[in-house]
Amino acid sequence: MTQATDQTLDQILTLAATHFKVPREKLTPDDDFFKTLRIDSLQALDLLTRLENHFHVELPDYELQGVSDFRTLASRIQARL
Amino acid sequence: MKDGVIELALNREPCNEIGSLALEELESFVRALPELERESHALIVYSSLKCGFCAGADLRELYLRSQEMEPATAAKGVRDFLERIHHVMNTLDASPLTTIAAVQGVCFGGGFELALVCDLIVADKMARFCFPELRLGLIPGFGGIPRLKRDLGNAVVRDLLLTGRSINPSKAQAVGLVSQVVAEGEALRVARATAGQLGKFDRATAAAAKQFIKPIPYEELRREIDIFCELFSKSAVEAGLRKFVESTDAQPYLP
Repeated sequence: MTQATDQTLDQILTLAATHFKVPREKLTPDDDFFKTLRIDSLQALDLLTRLENHFHVELPDYELQGVSDFRTLASRIQARL
Repeated sequence: MKDGVIELALNREPCNEIGSLALEELESFVRALPELERESHALIVYSSLKCGFCAGADLRELYLRSQEMEPATAAKGVRDFLERIHHVMNTLDASPLTTIAAVQGVCFGGGFELALVCDLIVADKMARFCFPELRLGLIPGFGGIPRLKRDLGNAVVRDLLLTGRSINPSKAQAVGLVSQVVAEGEALRVARATAGQLGKFDRATAAAAKQFIKPIPYEELRREIDIFCELFSKSAVEAGLRKFVESTDAQPYLP
């Protein structure tokens, strides 16, 4: 993993922790964010929109189909930065 | 109605799905509209639910009702429903009032189509627009394609329709769909401020301008109903609806 992706990952974890009110230290890159954040599909869309707004990218939702861990999410976003 | 502005609040759990009850309520509203139009200059459509503007047609009801009927009866029921919802949408589209959709959260399928009948769309930055119908083996059926085609370039319409992807308000504004993107939770307030501005102008002039600039694509709307009904009779649709209704997938809203 590159340094840039590490930074992206860190920002995702911080954003997710802040918005879904989970202690940042409890989130790890390989967590299943559906389980860790206890979110449903609508909240996942909310997360997607927040990430797009934060990173100023477009992330088609079909690219997230099957993605449930923060690390893969970071790599998908990094690919569009 | 207040200060010449009518507000239509969508408020049906879980996310303003448009089924038979919502349709009846919309029909009651458009029946009352001619009387209301005499005293007003603008109409705001918004959701009072946190989940979003509207998640689209009530697919659960559509699936369950069609399961209880013979295929020919179900097909007739679908056509009747479409004729009725098109009447509602066309009436709103043709209203002499200036209409504003204040959108937050999910604005999918039939909800997107409801927003598209409005003259202006104000979206908060957490809104999400999508036509997911193709994954069910269908096309949008409440007038979405002709109205999107009226307002946007054909390439954008193809992108939204054929990929089924959802887009955020910045993208929607960049392609010309959304007139204003505002902070989270501010869409209704900004829609009201915009409606206040509209009230400064002569109503008849605004209505004439709207009629001139916003033709209603009746022929394509009729064709859309026919294509939808043709597709609805195919087995792929029943399978798609069943999959959606019975889904335990964590991401049923992602195409």
